[in-house]
Amino acid sequence: MKILVCISKAPDTTTKISFTDGDTKFDESGVKYIVNPYDEWYALVRGLELKEAHGGSVTTVTVGTAEDDATIRKALAIGADDATRINVKPEDASQVAAEIAAYAKEGAYDLVLLGKETIDYNGSQVGGMIAEHLDMPFISLAEKLDVDGTTATLDKEITGGVQTVEAELPLVVSCAKGMAEQRIPNMRGIMAARKKPLNVVEPTNAAKQTSFVKYALPAPKSAVKLIDPNNMDELVELLHNEAKVI
Amino acid sequence: MKSDLYTHPDYYALDDLLTDEHKLIRDTARDWVKKEMSPIIDEHYENATFPMHILSGLGEIGAFGPYIPEEYGGPGLDQISYGLIMQELERCDSGLRSTASVQSSLVMYPIWKYGSEEQKQKYLPKMATGEMIGCFGLTEPDYGSDPGGMVTNFKDMGDHYLLNGAKMWISNAPFADVAVVWAKNEEGRIHGLLVERGMEGFSTPEMHGKLSLRASATGELIFDNVKVPKENLLPGRSGLGAPLSCLDSARFGIAWGALGAAMDCYDQALRYSKERKQFNVPIGAFQLMQKKLAEMITEITKAQLLTYRLGQLRNEGKATSAQISMAKRNNVEIALNIAREARQMHGGMGITSEYSMMRHMANLESVVTYEGTHDIHLLITGMDVTGIPAFTREMPTKK
Ligand SMILES: Cc1cc2nc3c(=O)[nH]c(=O)nc-3n(C[C@H](O)[C@H](O)[C@H](O)COP(=O)(O)OP(=O)(O)OC[C@H]3O[C@@H](n4cnc5c(N)ncnc54)[C@H](O)[C@@H]3O)c2cc1C
Repeated sequence: MKILVCISKAPDTTTKISFTDGDTKFDESGVKYIVNPYDEWYALVRGLELKEAHGGSVTTVTVGTAEDDATIRKALAIGADDATRINVKPEDASQVAAEIAAYAKEGAYDLVLLGKETIDYNGSQVGGMIAEHLDMPFISLAEKLDVDGTTATLDKEITGGVQTVEAELPLVVSCAKGMAEQRIPNMRGIMAARKKPLNVVEPTNAAKQTSFVKYALPAPKSAVKLIDPNNMDELVELLHNEAKVI
Repeated sequence: MKSDLYTHPDYYALDDLLTDEHKLIRDTARDWVKKEMSPIIDEHYENATFPMHILSGLGEIGAFGPYIPEEYGGPGLDQISYGLIMQELERCDSGLRSTASVQSSLVMYPIWKYGSEEQKQKYLPKMATGEMIGCFGLTEPDYGSDPGGMVTNFKDMGDHYLLNGAKMWISNAPFADVAVVWAKNEEGRIHGLLVERGMEGFSTPEMHGKLSLRASATGELIFDNVKVPKENLLPGRSGLGAPLSCLDSARFGIAWGALGAAMDCYDQALRYSKERKQFNVPIGAFQLMQKKLAEMITEITKAQLLTYRLGQLRNEGKATSAQISMAKRNNVEIALNIAREARQMHGGMGITSEYSMMRHMANLESVVTYEGTHDIHLLITGMDVTGIPAFTREMPTKK
């Protein structure tokens, strides 16, 4: 089975987010990047598990600049066989999906796996767009994926329950929590990653379709007001007159 | 379960000086510690037990002999990688780092540097994976800071050596498969012998009652007419310089490691000072708290620069014993001070196992004692700058 896993970087979860240039740019100074956890923990690890069970190969693809190489090396250390970086700074989901689809077309992959979203922009758009470009089925938010012959069976969370879906390979799957368990690379993997190929290819120069205009931080959490449990009248009064929610 | 929120302070952007691989190795060790060690360390500390099941995991993240070349089963990494791994381990617990230090610097290092080809092939690959564990016997009941006075000795019996004596305070002894034992031959010259568990007359009783380094096993090594095969002598070097060179390697790791403990204490103190409120404000708003935090991060940053430069020197084979000694002494001392201050900043909570400062504080009392006490390291620096050794003196008589 030939598996392609899309890997992108994302700011470490402890990053203090701030903006520059009149709130039009994300301030990258001092930001520590990690592999987007949905890509790493779920898409990549499930890809590796499927390869271990059925044979085949796991290739990663990243749309990004040389700054992404550290996160790509980590994916190789965890166990991917080879990696490709499409050498352009990603600017929107449409551009990323078009670049990945153009690359994936050449490879005849059975499965294209990616995280359900990146933890920075939370767009959840790339998977569906890749599937459209490749004319493949797309299953989003899958938390379980098994392959039997050319048929994939997937579980995905729906409101209040789980839906089981079947689809024929090749297909595109966006992976959510539960799909696999985080794998910590070991030293053998880190050493092997030194020698694994990280191919850099030039972009097709797909155009972006959207532009970021402005960023804003969420409003800071306001202080909590504690009300004595014996004083329900005060609670109702505050909810009504101050918070104006009832 | 409490979650481990640690992130390392990096006030002078030292991460920019590390390679991507250094960072991957460090982050791997950190992820492993958070997943495997942080949830269980307090229980092992309280029960004074060593978590035996983690040995193979330590092997997998490269904590055993990171600089041992690939031909002997190691990953062949540089000294900065070694330091970073020790830092992540001691960030969790000094006992954990001690086990890795002993295995790497005090057992694998002398076998690699002074062992025969057969010894290297026999021991190093299995030690790199944690399948085989070693300990290092230098200290004796009557010879601690002055190991050259040791009485453990061996006689040449023709087809074997006969070893007699005892070692004390030996980390990993209770479960080690092999001990690197420093003993004097009939001419009084110190040699290293590889003594294996199971040899007749060799026992390793565990020492109890430690109020520090409780998650590390410490024991004695007792040699009662132990027949040691002649091929178990380390042929490459003899004299006190041989064990001291191992201590150089271990002290280098301790300098990085103790700093890890300091960084953990600072990280928690900083977080707590923003969360805990007294007199209606976060305690971090008080000048006295800020003074403590400012001094902590300053000392940590200085120590980070010291260890990084020392790592470069050691990579180039240029670090002197005295330079390593200074880093060990300084970093353990600042770690002890930071652990105490951070503990106080947590008030009553600081004495509980909910936070790690009190455990670090108690652990660091061992770290400031072993591998040369703080005062012995002062004498090493003193001798280095004056050229005058001040380790011994005439016993004064009363006039
Ligand atoms: C938890 C733990 C684990 C250990 N693991 C190992 C191990 O794996 N292998 C091993 O070989 N050893 C190990 N040690 C032993 C350790 O290295 C010794 O404890 C250390 O060298 C100090 O020796 P000592 O305890 O005999 O103290 P002493 O040497 O008796 O020192 C007592 C005091 O006298 C001071 N002092 C001594 N000489 C001088 C001097 N010339 N001038 C001024 N002050 C002086 C010391 O600084 C100290 O304050 C371990 C110790 C501990 C606590």
